Amino acid sequence: MYAQMIKSEASTEDPKQLKEFQAKIDDNIKVEPRDWMPEGYRKTLIRQIGQHAHSEIVGQLPEGNWITRAPTLERKMILLAKVQDEAGHGLYLYAAAETLGVSRDDLTEQLLSGKMKYSSIFNYPTLNWADIGAVGWLVDGAAIMNQVPLQRTSYGPYSRAMIRICKEESFHQRQGYDIMMKMAQGTETQKKMAQDALNRLWYPSLMMFGPSDAESVHSTQNMAWKIKMNTNDELRQKFVDQTVPQAQYLGLTIPDENLTWNEEKGGYDYSDPDWSEFFDVLKGNGPCNVDRLEARNKAWDDGAWVRDGLMAHAEKKRAAKTAAE
Amino acid sequence: MADVDKKMLTQFLLRMGDNTLILGHRVSEWCGHAPVLEEDIALANTALDLIGQTQFWLGYAAEIMGDSKTADDVAFLRDVWDFRNLLLLELPNGDFGQTLMRQFLFDSYQSILLPRLMKSSDQHIAEIAEKSSKEVAYHVERSAETVVGLGDGTEESHARMQAALDRLWPYVGEMFSSDEVDAAMAAAGIAPDPATLREEYDALIGKVLAEATLSIPDSDFTHKGGRNGATHTEHLGHLLTQMQWLQRAYPGATW
Ligand SMILES: [Fe+2]
Ligand SMILES: [Fe+2]
Repeated sequence: MYAQMIKSEASTEDPKQLKEFQAKIDDNIKVEPRDWMPEGYRKTLIRQIGQHAHSEIVGQLPEGNWITRAPTLERKMILLAKVQDEAGHGLYLYAAAETLGVSRDDLTEQLLSGKMKYSSIFNYPTLNWADIGAVGWLVDGAAIMNQVPLQRTSYGPYSRAMIRICKEESFHQRQGYDIMMKMAQGTETQKKMAQDALNRLWYPSLMMFGPSDAESVHSTQNMAWKIKMNTNDELRQKFVDQTVPQAQYLGLTIPDENLTWNEEKGGYDYSDPDWSEFFDVLKGNGPCNVDRLEARNKAWDDGAWVRDGLMAHAEKKRAAKTAAE
Repeated sequence: MADVDKKMLTQFLLRMGDNTLILGHRVSEWCGHAPVLEEDIALANTALDLIGQTQFWLGYAAEIMGDSKTADDVAFLRDVWDFRNLLLLELPNGDFGQTLMRQFLFDSYQSILLPRLMKSSDQHIAEIAEKSSKEVAYHVERSAETVVGLGDGTEESHARMQAALDRLWPYVGEMFSSDEVDAAMAAAGIAPDPATLREEYDALIGKVLAEATLSIPDSDFTHKGGRNGATHTEHLGHLLTQMQWLQRAYPGATW
């Protein structure tokens, strides 16, 4: 999931208005930018959509890490197209956030200063070519688990962005799985790469759903507002159940000795990830946090003259046009 | 197809394909590091187009080379001296201004060359040129627009774009330095002698650079050695160590 542990904001508005708003959501009527909405709803959505957008942007980095080393021309093209899609997702999501009254530049500043977060998963490195397969298969796979239900979210622009994004994400997942397949059926070394990628990315992928939030007040509020559609544990279970047979098909081993089919619940029992590691990553201590933020800050700072230059030119053109009229 | 020495034709195809491959690689280095999100998308798109064109050019080259070679073999298993790209395209990216200036200088060349190649006596070449020409028309429109915007932007952006032009100008002439390969292609009606494109090229870039308030350096000195492979820059070897690493480290693997 590209948005984790989104805290909800309390609402202090008139109870009658709040009640009407909730009734509208319960009736599955979409909230549109011009409609009245509680301040808490608006702020929580900005946080969630913003974090999601930042994840798409920072997510370019671990995958971009392999573009210049992609092993064939076709793989290079597929990866370029994927990373380009992710940047496009960032663009739609920032546009959706802007309808809530926050600018893209504002959100960007908050990402760069570390005030806003992006998904913990992108603080893990991509170390061998199979990681590019595993990211598509597991990371895009986990994102889809969350985003498919979000197509029905209550906020219109967010829901529409999710519909566009989901189509591309499932494409990414299939392409990632296809890389894993080639690796798993390849030479001994390729198999080793595939297993190594799965070993390193399995638990970080489970962390993407966030810690159990079944009892969290934030989760309850966000679910009532339909900006969160399922609990973290529900989605994680679904993800495990979907992924285990796929790993088996590849002939790879999920790095979890406790993984067993539980007939009674109709799903797998699995080990929790190390949540202390997760909180360390959120605090900035993941293997790549510093690299990622440095790269984004450098891109932004080095690009300042470009943005200023293009803006100044547009301004000159506008002035010339006005003068001519 | 006209009767032409296969070795010469291969050289021509490598020149075309290595240009798009090496530039595509350089442009792709920007992925995730561009000044603004729209540029991240545009640069990835440009790189994608260039690598797509590479598959056509090097695919055809591989076909002529025989031995059931593929475009991937040609891209990933040759050494520096076998590459036939322009020196301009293997230079490191520099800042965003230098990257876009190079893109513009090359896009302009391609935008003049490809319509000629669409009339090639070699049907396959004509088809590749046709397929690439829409992309190239879009690339030159975009890079020219950016060069104008930054050249005629702020004082700083102007200075940076002028510095980029000054830095790259000595590499422009190589595009037009013809040799016996070009003579053979021209004689067979496969491709024009590049020297004959210079006038149109100068007119095109002259117009855009004037609008960008940039001055073309007053020197016709030209570095050479890329398109004939005689003397590449030191940079190409480093680029290949990255690009070819997996193929070289794990020969025979299927990816
Ligand atoms: Fe995405
Ligand atoms: Fe994706």
